[in-house]
Amino acid sequence: MSEGVIIERAPTDWALPAMQARIGKRYAAERRFRMLGLGALSLAGLFLAFLLWTIISDGVTGFLHTQVEVTAKLDPDVLGIDASSISGPGGEMTLNRANYTAVMNAAARQRVEGLDVDIAAVISDGAWLPLRSALREDHALLGQEITIWVPTTSAFDMLAKGSIDRNAPADTRPVSDVQIAAFDSLKAEGAIRTRINTTFLSQADSTSPELAGIWGAAKGSFLTLLITLVLSFPIGVLTAIYLEEYAPKNRITDIIEVSINNLAAVPSIIFGLLGLAVFLNFFGMPRSAPIVGGLTLALMTLPVIVIAGRVAIKSVPPSIRDAALGVGASPIQVVFHHVLPLALPGILTGTIIGMARALGETAPLLMIGMRAFVADVPSGLDTPATVLPVQIFLWSDEVARGFIEKTSAAIIVLLIFLLLMNGFAIYLRNKLERRW
Amino acid sequence: MSLNVALFALIGLTAIAYLSARARATAFSGQVSGRSAAERISAVHSRPAYYGWYVALWALVPALFLILTWALISDAFIADRTIAALPMDTRPADGIERQMFLNEVRGVVSGKLAGAFDPNADAAVPIYRHVEMQWNLVIAGLSALLAIIGGGFAWLRIKPQFWARPRVERFVMVMLVLASMVSILTTLGIVLSLIYESVEFFRRVSPLEFIFGTTWSPQTAIRADQVGSSGAFGAVPLFWGTIFIGAIIAMIVAIPLGLMSAIYLTQYAKPRARKIMKPMLEVLAGVPTVVYGYFAALTVAPAVRDFAISIGMSNASSESALAAGAVMGIMIIPFVSSMADDSLGAVPAAMRDGSLAMGATPSETIKRVLVPAALPGIVGGVLLAVSRAIGETMIVVMAAGLAANMTANPFQSVTTVTAQIVQLLTGDQEFDSAKTLSAFALGLVLFVVTLILNIYALTVVKKYREAYE
Repeated sequence: MSEGVIIERAPTDWALPAMQARIGKRYAAERRFRMLGLGALSLAGLFLAFLLWTIISDGVTGFLHTQVEVTAKLDPDVLGIDASSISGPGGEMTLNRANYTAVMNAAARQRVEGLDVDIAAVISDGAWLPLRSALREDHALLGQEITIWVPTTSAFDMLAKGSIDRNAPADTRPVSDVQIAAFDSLKAEGAIRTRINTTFLSQADSTSPELAGIWGAAKGSFLTLLITLVLSFPIGVLTAIYLEEYAPKNRITDIIEVSINNLAAVPSIIFGLLGLAVFLNFFGMPRSAPIVGGLTLALMTLPVIVIAGRVAIKSVPPSIRDAALGVGASPIQVVFHHVLPLALPGILTGTIIGMARALGETAPLLMIGMRAFVADVPSGLDTPATVLPVQIFLWSDEVARGFIEKTSAAIIVLLIFLLLMNGFAIYLRNKLERRW
Repeated sequence: MSLNVALFALIGLTAIAYLSARARATAFSGQVSGRSAAERISAVHSRPAYYGWYVALWALVPALFLILTWALISDAFIADRTIAALPMDTRPADGIERQMFLNEVRGVVSGKLAGAFDPNADAAVPIYRHVEMQWNLVIAGLSALLAIIGGGFAWLRIKPQFWARPRVERFVMVMLVLASMVSILTTLGIVLSLIYESVEFFRRVSPLEFIFGTTWSPQTAIRADQVGSSGAFGAVPLFWGTIFIGAIIAMIVAIPLGLMSAIYLTQYAKPRARKIMKPMLEVLAGVPTVVYGYFAALTVAPAVRDFAISIGMSNASSESALAAGAVMGIMIIPFVSSMADDSLGAVPAAMRDGSLAMGATPSETIKRVLVPAALPGIVGGVLLAVSRAIGETMIVVMAAGLAANMTANPFQSVTTVTAQIVQLLTGDQEFDSAKTLSAFALGLVLFVVTLILNIYALTVVKKYREAYE
């Protein structure tokens, strides 16, 4: 029998200075905490901005290259070919074998006359390539004198783009004072220009930065992803359908589910070890080939597609299935005629995101030998190839300074592809996905 | 080439089988007697397309199976035949020579090589071409025959009362089950190949030395009498380096930043700010690791070294653990943030509302109510993040060193399990040396550890979810 105890206390006077100070302190703590959260997000945002800015500012010049104007005489005697042999059968072969280097060296020597520099410091090792293409296009040029723009060395290229500090001590920069003087006098003559680098966009890897291109790696990526898509999409969708619609509740189904969830979390390099041990050593497939890379990445992408597919299928309301069954559709017809078409946008979104991840993946492809130096654009699924991220990795290891802008330019290309893929996925999600 | 032709021919035959069988099934309804059109149609068991599929599958599947099998074994088979057709004295002597010989022959056949260095290989080229041509023709003919026999057999079976749909559906069901088996096979393939190669490795190096040894220098002797290169496979420095970079430095960066980001996004940010900030985190998560690695190696690592030198550390490495770990931590932020986001979202709104109604400020509510309540979920998420960080490869390959140091100084260089795997397997060496096999042992350790972390973290998260349901 206790009676309510009445505490004899005046109500808190919130206007008292002591109380005001306490509240002020609590509100200050509140503001600090809030700022902390905003700060964390801003830090992440700043980092992202800094990363992108560094790469873009380094990489934009990678899409440009510097050319020097030379006047070359396509002398049949120096080239070692004659007009009759290039038009007949086997003419292409003769054209390929001609001694363009001698012609180009003569032309370059004429260009640098009186400048006291070696021609190797001015024109690129591959400066003869434009000569060949010119002659291939027009056989009548043989024996004539042509004026042509050819790529300069990487050092001149960097000079033209201003990425070399001219005031630095001579032994710390890649060009000597004499070379700088030669460059300036050529520039004053109007014999130096900077243009869009078509070599970069159309060729494969090279040992010289001014001749290296991204197209080989881009095509390798495309071929690899093609295999990945062709394998992982149907298998992933079928697995998702089975698990979501038909699988009985038993041990085997549990094992399938556990293995898919685990595969989704296995580090990607482990898939590379699998590819190395099984595809290369056990089945004897060719090293560095897109088909092996595609297979390996397909196994890695499979769980992503299965999980996205299951979510999409699960989100189709049961009433659709009931209605289809009610009008006499068989269980297979229910799924393939009704559920799958409705779930497809979600599945496609998941697939594109999985493919974007596969496009950026490097480690497993290193394991199966895709880090080889490949100077040709891959022509098929079993020819040696490299892919964009691996090309970035390889170039980042190069000592030559000219590769820095190439690496960043390659990263820009890769990021653009990723942006396009993810943008497309978001577009699909917004346009086609239905909320039930 | 002729195999592709065979494949196209097969697709053509399949299409013909489908169309003709479907046409025949459409005609069925005319053949049965009945009064009304509806009655005549329902006298035929399945829709016409199912008869088409039934015949098409019978035409396609056996022949396709034959072609695919041939595509798998043809290289080895043709090589055997070619070498068997050569005179005894010009055959390559052993396995390695045989491989080189075949490479040359194949190079010439495919037109990649203008001519072989070995005159015997040159002589084998026409034989190889002939054998390849001959057998491809045989297989193409056989597959066409199989397609016709299969299709014909099915064609003869279809009648109005034939249950075509259940049979086609059974086939679809089998395909579904087979597709589901791929993921089991993959898991099995990973486990078996890792275990198999690791057992090979542990035959040469004792498991105790591997797990408890503190010296890692995997160079094996090239000459028997070489000094100091017997190879030491004590993996403790690698385990330490992996934990130091992935579980300590990266988490010191990722946990506070990720958690605070999640708190701000879910509790404070207005919808419009959320709309900008959430995609920003998604972009951060979508940047390929090789880009982070390049950035860490080229921009962050030199800055860290300069900083270390400026505070008087003379032996600072340009491949410091700090650079790799910090960049890795930033890469993990979106992951931690989204895990924390999920956990905070699962806390019942009543708990939060109750705390706010008692007069607590939002930050007091978050610190004293929401985070403690969501803690199991957050811890699970952090464990998943750790498992991802220790399996991350490119950042450490590019920005962390290869020196197997045991140091807790973040400005020094350490190496990780993944960096060593890449290093060990990307040189040119014979496959079954202890050096290359050790990569598989490291892979096994990595696989087991990430597996345990994942399973444990997922059970924690699941239990926590159930607690609030």
